[in-house]
Amino acid sequence: MTWFPEPVSLRSPRAIAVMLFLLCLGLVPVVAAALEQSFYVTLAARILILGLAACGLNLVLGYGGLVSFGHSLYVGLGAYVVGILSFHGIGSGWVHLGATIALCGLVAFLTGLVCLRTSGMAFIMITLAFAQMFFFLGVSLKQYGGDDGLQIATRSDFGAWLSIETNSALYYLTFALLLLTLYLSWRFVHARFGRVLRGAKSNLQRMRVLGFPVARYQVVAYAVSGALCGIAGMLLANLTRFVSPAYMSWTLSGELIVMVMLGGMATIVGPLLGAVVFVLLETVLAAYTQHWMLVLGPIIVLIARFAKRGLYGLLK
Amino acid sequence: MTWELAFLQALNGLQYGLLLFLLAAGLTLVLGIMNFVNLAHASLYMLGAYLGASAFAGSGSFLIAGAAAVFGTLAIGLAVERTTLLAFYARDHLDQVLATFGLLLFFNELVRVIWGPQSMYMRPPDGFTGTVSLFGALYPSYRFLVIVAGLAVALGMYLLIHYTRIGMLIRAGASNARMVSVLGVNIRLLNTLLFGMGAALAGLAGLMAAPILAVQPGMGDNVLIVVLVVIVIGGIGSIRGAFFGALIVGVVDTVGRTYLPLALRQVAERTIADAAGPALASMLIFLFMAVVLAFRPQGLFPARR
Repeated sequence: MTWFPEPVSLRSPRAIAVMLFLLCLGLVPVVAAALEQSFYVTLAARILILGLAACGLNLVLGYGGLVSFGHSLYVGLGAYVVGILSFHGIGSGWVHLGATIALCGLVAFLTGLVCLRTSGMAFIMITLAFAQMFFFLGVSLKQYGGDDGLQIATRSDFGAWLSIETNSALYYLTFALLLLTLYLSWRFVHARFGRVLRGAKSNLQRMRVLGFPVARYQVVAYAVSGALCGIAGMLLANLTRFVSPAYMSWTLSGELIVMVMLGGMATIVGPLLGAVVFVLLETVLAAYTQHWMLVLGPIIVLIARFAKRGLYGLLK
Repeated sequence: MTWELAFLQALNGLQYGLLLFLLAAGLTLVLGIMNFVNLAHASLYMLGAYLGASAFAGSGSFLIAGAAAVFGTLAIGLAVERTTLLAFYARDHLDQVLATFGLLLFFNELVRVIWGPQSMYMRPPDGFTGTVSLFGALYPSYRFLVIVAGLAVALGMYLLIHYTRIGMLIRAGASNARMVSVLGVNIRLLNTLLFGMGAALAGLAGLMAAPILAVQPGMGDNVLIVVLVVIVIGGIGSIRGAFFGALIVGVVDTVGRTYLPLALRQVAERTIADAAGPALASMLIFLFMAVVLAFRPQGLFPARR
């Protein structure tokens, strides 16, 4: 058994760039501590969390060709799992993690069954509608703060060895989960399962004629992708110690798509790269002007127009 | 639970449904015939409301407000189409979604810059501030005006699509755009016309909604998603589907919000009913959509191809 699912030359400029990029991400808390700028750790943790969600979305969007405009649903759901369980005094991180994966996987599976009955344009609208449905559910849950959201008193408790009380610890937990996700999705897309998924993207009819139950593969991929976004939501709630329906807002779904496209669809590292660039861009613009959306909106239009292969595609 | 309340709720549902129809009619044509996903439709609705409310505040005339809303959004819609969206017609849905999403964010912020972050309110036009008596029930006359206007637009569109040359071309374009183009019809011009019509209807919807709802940045976002639900339920590209879909969604949503919490109290504990009622009511149209899709993925009134 080999570790790499595809032959990779470790000396290629692309591989070196990726390794340097991951190394830089790994050093962020160290550098921030040296500069005594703890803000950078929070910002970088947010980037990694959104990068994790974008990687999850990329499984269906990039590799599956299924344009989901509702993945904020799973981010929000994961965040609410932490919020609601903590609210009722259940603080164990392992329970949070298990519940998040189970719930987000299940909800993604069920909504996926309905959404995948359609394709193309209708699929986009239906995923959006389901996310909005859960958004309104969050708003109407008055006992959990409704519109105003819910403060989370303590972070998920993973035991003394894996405490995420400090932002740096949370950052490294996120980083480890992210690396694991990147590696597993690399294996996933080169495995038989991923090949079927990619095949369905490029020629659905041929895959069907070959006898693959394509819809089943797609539903499972959708559930896996939902669970990954759920984990991102769980981490996000831990980072901000807060959850509100805004975590399910459809603008987040749109932003996740922008990250995937900006970084490079159907690439392993692309979505993470997109998340880094996009969040940094947002932060820089917001520092200059209150009306940064005025600049970001047209930038998104330009990304849609020109960034066909994404930033990762620029690295040869 | 009196007869009067039920009647008024049904009227409110009808009024909401017709408002949704004004938005859905234009959008479903753009989606179905031009095969273009346009999230920025929500921005046109919002701009219609702002332009209408400002013109009304400035002039005091509802007609001028109407002209400002309809022609203003028409002009903005066409300008956006020419400068930006044209490049995306041949692209896949993902690019279209992303581009119009960017436009939506841009316009939401633009409105915030021009009119400020706080909500604007518009009073109903003179003569429509009171109530009318319908079968013994008192109903706000402005809302009644919205119902009448909505029905008039629906009738007008029906006549336009079934009895004019333009309508014939639109129907032909819906079944086979290439063939229409080969027969010597300028399909690009037809597309622009369709887009403009959708924009003007969105502006009209914004104006009609302005005295009922708060005019604020992002006011179109949530409505847009309901309109997408309407279109999915009705069948993409189908005006008839948009009409019936809008009415069904309008009535289901309005009546559900009123009666579902009441109905739940009959079968569950009051505390549970009070918590679950509003939650379930707000999810109702989406659940309805899921049920429709489970049985008829093409929608209830699919466009004939």
